[in-house]
Amino acid sequence: MPKTQTKSTKPEGITVKPGSSKEYKTGSWRSKKPIFKHDKCNDCRICVMVCPDGVIFGEDKKYWADMDFCKGCGICAEECPVKDIDMELEVR
Amino acid sequence: MKKVIEGSMAVALAVKACRPHVISAYPITPQTHIVENLSQMVADGELKSEFVNVESEFSAASVILGASATGARAYSTTTAQGLLLMTEVLFNIAGLRLPVSLTCANRAISAPINIWCDHQDAMTVRDSGWIQLYAEDCQEAADMQLQAFKIGENPEIMLPVMVNMDGFILTHAFEPIELLDQKMADEYLPPYKPEIFLTTKNPVTFGILAEPQYYAESRYRLEEAIKASKPVIEEAASEFKRIFGRYSGGLVDKYKLDGAKTALVGMGSVVGTMREVVDEMNSHGQKSGLLKIRTYRPFPKEAIYDALKDVDNIIVMEKAISLGLGGILLNELKSIFQGKKKQPRISGFIIGLGGRDIPTQSIINAVKKVESETIEDEFIDLRTELIGAGK
Ligand code: SF4
Ligand code: SF4
Repeated sequence: MPKTQTKSTKPEGITVKPGSSKEYKTGSWRSKKPIFKHDKCNDCRICVMVCPDGVIFGEDKKYWADMDFCKGCGICAEECPVKDIDMELEVR
Repeated sequence: MKKVIEGSMAVALAVKACRPHVISAYPITPQTHIVENLSQMVADGELKSEFVNVESEFSAASVILGASATGARAYSTTTAQGLLLMTEVLFNIAGLRLPVSLTCANRAISAPINIWCDHQDAMTVRDSGWIQLYAEDCQEAADMQLQAFKIGENPEIMLPVMVNMDGFILTHAFEPIELLDQKMADEYLPPYKPEIFLTTKNPVTFGILAEPQYYAESRYRLEEAIKASKPVIEEAASEFKRIFGRYSGGLVDKYKLDGAKTALVGMGSVVGTMREVVDEMNSHGQKSGLLKIRTYRPFPKEAIYDALKDVDNIIVMEKAISLGLGGILLNELKSIFQGKKKQPRISGFIIGLGGRDIPTQSIINAVKKVESETIEDEFIDLRTELIGAGK
């Protein structure tokens, strides 16, 4: 064991408990955000299926994205067949 | 018991003595005999390891990463292009703090294709977070294998260790080797028992995303750990000596440096040739010594400074180059003397690239050259007719 050491060099913080992704918010690098207009939505649920982060939820023509995790990729807006999702500049 | 065996066999037997749970490697010259011997031992039932055949070095490195994460002692071996193909995984293994071990049978990097020895492969991944040890002979390569797991698995260190041995020059050399007794090896290297590993009983996640608020601390701890391995490397060598009776590890090895005016510095098998030159110089009254760098990462700055602080003339001979800068070891060594009162003259030569033979006379000529001037990054023994010079 190193004698001159003042702090632990053990690999703490390298592993985390399982299922902790929900607590670890990863939406910080978004520059645009999806706006669900709830206007022409036809309940096709394409947005739910194409979102690479799996963060679109909802039913009955009312869909929304969990903004703690949305990366702002815009795929949902691009793929929505009735253009019911707009991408807006994220202002912080 | 001493036996005349090939360097590759000496390493394979040393790996066997470490009782690895998992071995995964892809055959590549000049490492081939090491894997062949190991797979034969597993096939013959002499070695109770899982030998995982893979289709590339990338997979071999990934297999030992995964195996180590489950708490297994894991080993691989490769060289040159194979090591470069592993590169991404090598960084991950170190970042995940997995104490696997790998023998690199040092070989030149393409292009042009060349299967012979130099140190460009391992030197290129020097910033990966792996501890790098360099063997001078086959005995050291074998002994350092046992020490590699001992160092890496220290709970305060938890880092992968690469043992470097010169391709062909050592891997294919037959030497009398003191074989490692299994009982002594077991005493030296107890079973690997990590504090954290993958198990369904106590699930953990390895390799999480670290956003800007976490990443730097993770890298800081990695740097602290590899620096903290210096005394651990020394202790592993002393403990090895206590059990096996020979010293074949540590940070640096000093030879005739007391009172020396000139010091040669090198790594790997060329050190043997350099030692002969030092002996000859001393017999002619030129007070000279030799510093062998055994541990290249962590870079043993303090030990190197301590060994060389009183000499007037330092000559670094290295088998690798940072293209566009020059000698890697030369520049790192120079940095040690930055701001120090006494400034020795530090010269550097690039030698033995792609397996070019290094006769003692070439080293003597180089030493003569720097008597009057400092020389940096000169290639030794270049064939002038091939570089369009001297016409
Ligand atoms: S893709 Fe558009 S229309 Fe389809 S569910 Fe999503 S928002 Fe509604
Ligand atoms: S912008 Fe991309 S990440 Fe965000 S909700 Fe739409 S598809 Fe998902």
